[in-house]
Formats: sequence, C-alpha cells, structure tokens
Amino acid sequence: MKNLLSAADLTRDAAIEILDIAEEMAGVNHRDIKKLPTLRGKTVVNLFFEDSTRTRISFELAEKRLSADVINFTAKGSSVSKGESLKDTAQTLEAMGADAVVIRHSASGAAYKLAHSGWINGSIINAGDGTHEHPTQALLDAFTMRKRIHGDASVGKGLDGVKVAIVGDILHSRVARSNLILLNTLGAQVHFVAPPTLLPANPSRWNAKLHYSLDNAIDSEDLDVVMMLRIQTERMNASYFPSEREYSRIWGFNAQRLGRLKNSAIVMHPGPMNRGLEIDAISADSPQSTVLEQVTNGVSVRMAVLYALLSGERNTNAN
Amino acid sequence: MSARTVLSSEDIDRAVTRIAHEILEANTAVQKSALRKSGTKNLVILGIPTRGVLLAERIAAVIAKAEPEADISNILGRLDITMYRDDLASNPTRTVTETQIPKQGIDDKVVVLVDDVLFSGRTIRAALDALGEYGRPRAVKLAVLVDRGHRELPIRADFVGKNLPTAREERINVNLSETDSQNAVVIES
Repeated sequence: MKNLLSAADLTRDAAIEILDIAEEMAGVNHRDIKKLPTLRGKTVVNLFFEDSTRTRISFELAEKRLSADVINFTAKGSSVSKGESLKDTAQTLEAMGADAVVIRHSASGAAYKLAHSGWINGSIINAGDGTHEHPTQALLDAFTMRKRIHGDASVGKGLDGVKVAIVGDILHSRVARSNLILLNTLGAQVHFVAPPTLLPANPSRWNAKLHYSLDNAIDSEDLDVVMMLRIQTERMNASYFPSEREYSRIWGFNAQRLGRLKNSAIVMHPGPMNRGLEIDAISADSPQSTVLEQVTNGVSVRMAVLYALLSGERNTNAN
Repeated sequence: MSARTVLSSEDIDRAVTRIAHEILEANTAVQKSALRKSGTKNLVILGIPTRGVLLAERIAAVIAKAEPEADISNILGRLDITMYRDDLASNPTRTVTETQIPKQGIDDKVVVLVDDVLFSGRTIRAALDALGEYGRPRAVKLAVLVDRGHRELPIRADFVGKNLPTAREERINVNLSETDSQNAVVIES
C-alpha cells in the first residue's frame, strides 16, 4: 500500500492489521521512552491548507515518535497566501525530497489529485479533504470502539454486529463518509440520524439505515455507539435548520438521551465539540464518552498508518 | 534442492533442556550470597518472535520443572523487534507482534534473549536496541538453538543448542510442533 486516500483503500484484513499494529503502538505510548527508530531518515511533510488542532498535532506526534523528520506547512504564512498553486507547492516538496505528505485541504479530492498527478513520488495520506473523506479518523474511531467492546482481547477482531448511529451534519461530514465505509468493511451496522436537510440528496446508494428522528433511533435500535458530528458552520451556505436552539433540542445529545442508552453504549465525537449545540456538557464528560480516548488513540493509529505506508521496500525503488 | 535433517525432535528437546540448565547454573554462579541461592533470581527470559518465543516457552517449562517454586509468569516474556530492524526499507512491510515484559521489569535483571537461529547477528542487534527502551538490564545474554555462523556484527551466543557450519546460500528451517507439522531442524541447499 502506497497511499491512504480513502477508507475504501482498506480491505478488511488490511484494516484489522493497521488496528493491530496500533495496539502495539499504544504500548509504546505508555512506556517511559516513547520513541521508535523505525522511520529514521524519512521526511514527512504535514501540508495543512485548513485549520486543525487534533489531526495536525496527532500526526506530528506520531511522526516524531517514529523518528521521522517532520516539516509542518500551514497555508497561512506560506507562499500559498501569495497565490502559489497546489501543483507548485507539491513540486517544491518533491524537489526537497519528501517521503510522505499528509494533506488536509478544503477541496474534496485534493489528496487524490496529489497522489495521481505525478507531481510527487512520496506516499500521500489524506488527513481530510473537503466534505469527502478522513480515513485516519475512521480508523481511530474503529480502534476506540474495538477497544471499548473487546478490551485487551481486541487483536485480530473486527466490529461485526456492532450498531453505530452517526448523528448530525452528515451532508458536510467527511468523518461520516469514511466511517460508513470502514464500519461496513469491519462488519458493523451503520445508522445515519439527521434532519433531511443535512443528508445528501440521494443517500440510497449508501449502505446505512436512515432515521429522521434521534429519539426514534434511540428507542427502536439497540445502539452500541452514538457518534455525534460537529455542525460545520464554516461549510454551511444555506439555512439547514431553523435555529441552533431547535437543533439542539431535537438533534442534540444530552443527559436525558444518554440515560436511555444501555450502560455499555459509548458516545463519540470527532471534535472539536460545539458544547450545547450537538452535545451537552454532561454527556460529553460522562464515563460513556470517548472523546479524549479518541484523541489518545489517534496518535497510535496514525503511527500504525505511517508504519504501514512507509516502512516497506517500495521506497528503495521509487524514482 | 535437497533437504537434510540436522536436529531431530529428541535432539531439540535435549538442546532445550541443556540450555535451560546452563541458564540456571550461570545465573546461580553470579550470586554472591551463599545462602538462598536461586537459579531464577533476577532472571528474565525473552523470546524473539516467532520461533524464539516458542523456544523460550519450552526453556521456561524445563526451568519450572527444575525449580517448582519459581513464578514463571514473572520470568518469561517476549520482545518484538520489528520496529528496530535495519532492513525495514528493503523488505515488504512486516507485521508487528506483541511485546510482553514480565512485571518485575528488566532494570538490574539478567535478561536472556532466545532466538532460533543465529546468523548475521542483526536480529540480536535490533533486540538490544529494543531492550534499551524498556530499561537497563544488569546483563544481557543470548540463547540460540542453532548457530550457523556468517556473523556480520560482533555478537556471540552464550548458550548454543548446536553449532552448525553452513554455506551462506543454504537455508536453515527450524520447525517446531507449535507452528509446524513436526519438530526438526532442516538444512536446505
């Protein structure tokens, strides 16, 4: 495997292998010396055209723990703000000898373009492209679910039969798309819960059950996981719901709805949270919430992805 | 291609038993106090995947028989060295397996690494690097079932099942019944 552009790049075996490697990486993250020499001498560029806290820091930490040389590039303060194109930026990085590029971009398909245009030879990892995909987030979500469900016996297991409800702004969410694909690959059952305005125009090709009411979904399905999505105001160019208060009342997750889930069910959120809008503070900070575990697991999962993409023999015969 | 069996199932059992007793003997000899000497005191045995782990388990079983009061779970562990290899870039991506360090840790302990075949010495170099991340052992020793020569690094084994002069092109296959159909060491040329 050279690139990770979409959750669809992963077969069931490949996905489980990455999750298993992540288990071992989690072991590294718990010991005194949190460093492996595995990617010594490799250069990884974090190319972030869009704001990010978690993903960028998590990738940077993962790269550093594997001893790669890390370059952080953010659009603000670079020549991009002078009008440099993606192509020229990519070719500049290629000329400097980047072995891998982690890209986040507001345009869907930016990672694919970078990987298939011939501008750059290194591995491309999609860290979120527009409203399209965010595969490492799906992997860390799957890792978190697997860890909560199977505990120490997680290695080698999928997510067969697990019922996952993904709630909220499905239309703009790359997290929802990548999660749908990966969860299907791993055998989980996906439920999309959203107002019709926040679902894609034609969701019939998606292998997910649709619900137009959060309360009905909670009461009619025996849910194992509820994943709340952020309301992406920066991508909203029309009024998708009448008011934030109404959204919060009908679609927001709160203590009362948490109480109706079974005790073993977990509440996830990819962050950053709009507290009081899609999730309230009581459920966000409850023991059933995995928000911070997701952040911790993100580092292990990204180390596993970097290892899987960069340690193989392909790099000797590149060029 | 011809295959020749150099160690039979009984030869392997004998070698494992001998190595286990040599480990106990060597570990008793370094203890200063004449009272309550124990072959398993401060001892940690770590197998290197895949077959080193199986051999380490077999060695531990012999030790358990010789010293019934010893807590084997606190002696036996495994050390995955994949991330520390120097040939990662020239081979297909390798699967990482679990590392288990016994709960007594390795600080100030005598660590015995166990592997099936000692060849270039590069695996052991990687194991020494990996070990350094978990603590500072008082001493590190090496036990191997077969030493086939052709070292590329200044590394030698302390406990050897059999010294086997080989040509560089030959392949040594260690078969153990836990993962393979039989117990045998086979040389292919």
